[in-house]
Amino acid sequence: MPEIGKDKTADSLPEAVPFFNDPAKRAILFQLSAMLIFGLLGYYLITNTLANLERQAIATGLGFLEKESSFEIGESLISYSAADTYARALLVGVLNTLIVSFVGIILTVILGTFIGVARLSTNWLVSRIAAVYIEVFQDIPVLLQLFFWYAIFYELLPSPKEAFNPIAGVFLTNRGLVFAIPEAHPAHKYIAVAFFSGCVLVYLLRRWAKRRQEKTGRLFPVFRVSAGILLGLPVITWWLAGAPIAMDVPVLSGFNFKGGVNISPEFTALLLGLVLYTAAFVAEVVRAGIQSVSHGQTEAAMSMGLKSGQILNLVILPQALRVIIPPLTSQMLNLTKNSSLAVAIGYPDFVSVAGTTINQTGQAMEGIAMMMVVYLFFSLTTSAFMNWYNKKIALVER
Amino acid sequence: MKHLKVSLVAVLAVVMATAGMAVAGTLDDVRAKGFIQAGVNGDLFGFGKPDEKGVWKGLDVDTARAIAAAVFGDANKVKFIPLTAKTRFTALQSGEIDVLTRNCTQTLGRDTALGLDFCQVNYYDGQGFLVPKKLGVKSAKELDGAAVCVLPGTTTELNLADYFRANGMKMKPVVIENTAELAKAFFAGRCDVLTSDASQLASTRSVAPNPKAYIILPEVISKEPLAPAVRHGDNQWKDIVNYSVLAMINAEEKGITSKNVDNMLKSTDPKIQRFLGVSPGNGKALGLDEKFVYNIIKQVGNYGEVFERNVGVNTTLGIERGLNALWTNGGLMYSPPFK
Amino acid sequence: MNEDYRTTESEKLKPPVTSVGVIGWLKGNLFNSWFNSVLTIVTLYFLWITVPSFIRWAFVDSLWISTGAECHQAGGACWSIIPANIRFILFGFFPYESQWRPLLAMILLVGLLYYSQNRNHWKKSLAYAWILGLFIMGLLMKGGLFGLDSVESTQWGGLPLTLLLSVFGLTAAYPLGVVLALGRQSKMPAIKTVCVIYIELIRGVPLITLLFMSSVVFPLFLPEGITVNKILRAQAAIILFTAAYIAEVVRGGLQGMSKGQYEAAESLGLNYHQTMRLVILPQALKIVIPPTVSILISAFKDTSLVVIIALYDILKTTQSVLSDPKWMGFSAEAYIFIALIYFVCCFSMSNYSRRLEKELDRSL
Repeated sequence: MPEIGKDKTADSLPEAVPFFNDPAKRAILFQLSAMLIFGLLGYYLITNTLANLERQAIATGLGFLEKESSFEIGESLISYSAADTYARALLVGVLNTLIVSFVGIILTVILGTFIGVARLSTNWLVSRIAAVYIEVFQDIPVLLQLFFWYAIFYELLPSPKEAFNPIAGVFLTNRGLVFAIPEAHPAHKYIAVAFFSGCVLVYLLRRWAKRRQEKTGRLFPVFRVSAGILLGLPVITWWLAGAPIAMDVPVLSGFNFKGGVNISPEFTALLLGLVLYTAAFVAEVVRAGIQSVSHGQTEAAMSMGLKSGQILNLVILPQALRVIIPPLTSQMLNLTKNSSLAVAIGYPDFVSVAGTTINQTGQAMEGIAMMMVVYLFFSLTTSAFMNWYNKKIALVER
Repeated sequence: MKHLKVSLVAVLAVVMATAGMAVAGTLDDVRAKGFIQAGVNGDLFGFGKPDEKGVWKGLDVDTARAIAAAVFGDANKVKFIPLTAKTRFTALQSGEIDVLTRNCTQTLGRDTALGLDFCQVNYYDGQGFLVPKKLGVKSAKELDGAAVCVLPGTTTELNLADYFRANGMKMKPVVIENTAELAKAFFAGRCDVLTSDASQLASTRSVAPNPKAYIILPEVISKEPLAPAVRHGDNQWKDIVNYSVLAMINAEEKGITSKNVDNMLKSTDPKIQRFLGVSPGNGKALGLDEKFVYNIIKQVGNYGEVFERNVGVNTTLGIERGLNALWTNGGLMYSPPFK
Repeated sequence: MNEDYRTTESEKLKPPVTSVGVIGWLKGNLFNSWFNSVLTIVTLYFLWITVPSFIRWAFVDSLWISTGAECHQAGGACWSIIPANIRFILFGFFPYESQWRPLLAMILLVGLLYYSQNRNHWKKSLAYAWILGLFIMGLLMKGGLFGLDSVESTQWGGLPLTLLLSVFGLTAAYPLGVVLALGRQSKMPAIKTVCVIYIELIRGVPLITLLFMSSVVFPLFLPEGITVNKILRAQAAIILFTAAYIAEVVRGGLQGMSKGQYEAAESLGLNYHQTMRLVILPQALKIVIPPTVSILISAFKDTSLVVIIALYDILKTTQSVLSDPKWMGFSAEAYIFIALIYFVCCFSMSNYSRRLEKELDRSL
């Protein structure tokens, strides 16, 4: 690409410059020819594809979405059966991908921060173990780790009949983790409402406290009061509603537990594999972020009489986060994309469901296009959100 | 930048050079290449799997070798391409392989919507259930609420869902892409039941830590005719694949084996003479060498030999002939006359 | 890093007797506060529980050379699965008698990599050595000349395939990535748009969808009768995928160049082509060597995904061994073995990249 952008000298040249030596015109020509080549290539591929599909009598179009899927899916957030459509099956897949990515990202950030801090610990043993952890988990392919965890899960844990029962209502088996949840009760709705109104209240309180501090310099114990509101409102609502304590306890019936909530080994193995792998990278990101804030900053803050919580909140974090957020975003995206490896250990994520759909319908083109669109959508939304967040905290700068 | 352009051109040239051309009929094409490309399973012991030296073994593998023997007179002129359940049909559609011998169930849907044709069935199978004895289950009807291990993207998955729906039962599928991983999960108790084609159940049970602790339930819930497949519309090639498989069956009917085939050449029976190409006609009609049947039997064996060698009672799998016995023995294997 | 900082500090202080030697070290590094002491004890207890039982399983009760049946009897680890199947795991379908060829090719590759580590060796002659070396490796793998039997690429497998996919993938992706990065920085809107869309599109989707695309959909793009080998298609997918990531790394390098460099080059009368080739790229590419090595590492790890489209890389050959009735059930041992291979490769690469980063820091 030797001819790119040369507009600076264009004005000073005499009129009689030949057409092919005028950088501006040359740039247009160059772009036109590039577009032409891309266009022709696209046209060529599309005509080939259409001809192939036609010749081999392969079905096309999205019509299959309306048809009955007639395959079962192991776990689903919404009700689904083999009698539902392909569209619903794919939706189940999307939701499964979302839940594993969402939970995975949260756990990764927590674990990664923890290990990153441990890596900087003054305790030799802890810092060494963190270093070994980071090296080992970074350097083994995540797919291999997934195979490994999954094997560990079903090989070590007992069958439902001999379930491991650490505390009442919680059972660990090779069918997954089963635990009791409160039985459905109308009060739950009100408790949720109370919690959300608590959130709104806390948000308003924080704004008010900040403004008051800016005006008067007086501090308000925001953290303690917020915690009180967030916990207190739901508890009071629960008590007013008659304090329902009935629990939906899982009971062994037939082949497996009925009732309660069951978290499958596939989900857990996938989550574990993704979190342990990505956390190693996040730990490095966090370490670099913390080290980027010079020790002088902490000392300066101390000499100003800030408490350690305030130092972390007001001095270190705002500066470290700016270094941490961009690489952290790409790690989050990696985790989301790596969740597509679920197909190897039998968690019904989107790629897995779409793969089965491709097999049943034979429409590979549509299936793979859908996979790409869905992941692209996830990636773009996540990075858009993180960019927004990054900008927001960058404002703190100056 | 010039280097870049040069290297890009070079890469393109390499791609073009390695890209095979296959516009003529499959037979001409295969002859020009000098070998057959066959799509196989790769993970299925007894049907298509490499041994520790990387040599392919199995019933499907031998079927492909029989076709090579028919076309080239040399059973080794075949290249095996391992395919997953997902990639198998596209590989055939695109011409990457010439024949698909990968324990594929023939169904109307696949025959019509995927641009391929199925040939003579080389193994009649049916889907069943494998359960641990200690579960105390005697019939598939008692499986309500069970967790079921199943391979994804296969007819098996559909049959399973259909069966449970038809009987008003619920189940939880555990869907794992890899056969070995699936079997391991089942033995470790991840699921109560393993469902698959009966042949695979036998193979899975044989590798269990304690094979006696597992039983195969009596219900067979589907018909699974496993057949080689070729691209739609190439009738000559389809005939060749068809009659290569049938030749092995016919040879067993006539008692011709790889050991006695040389003696049989001297037979005075006109049917055998015609069959083995001593009196010409069959080969020419298919566009093959007159001795194609002789080559198949000599180098690969008759159907019975192939069956016993790969999956029969004396192998690890220990599968009875059952439906795959000759029609004269109560099975379904039946060859039209070679005349 | 932590230790360097500690040792320099203690040298300056000239410590009392109780704070040197083993006790001093323990006191300074493990029990320097009540929190750290608790931490140390908890960690030690955890190690006490896990390490001995692992050692018993892996070394004491283990079998190293035996048959699968004997392994099923014994309680410990069955490492025998490795020696019994090592050649298939490492070389896949490569003809059994000629497996010395991929072995030699790998040794050559490792040797070349090792030699290129030292920055003093980065001369023109090294480039020629690489070209020659790659040619010999290709010859060893492919054969067909000098009396070597020809081996189809469909028969390549195991570790050579893993190395081929990653090393060749990165080599081919590099120029493409540089072009994309330049395109993204370009002032021509059409070129810029195309490059941005390409980079964001590829970085937004998982590699596995591209691999599916290459194995399932790509054949439909080609005109009737033309087919491209499966390995080559996967290789193309990996190249296209890696190029997008390299483009972003190179863009970082380009943005790190000060504007003065461009202006100086322009004032010397260099055109765009010359500016890039003689001034900007040599500097920018030097900055981005360490991140490029980490891309090589992830490319190396990512090649394991070709398992899902049934290419026989080292993970797939291992799984194939594990589906053999004789060896079923010893997945932990087999997976640990290949995890070790991956770890050794990645660890040495990342170590190298860290060292290089330090060296470059000093020299820039």
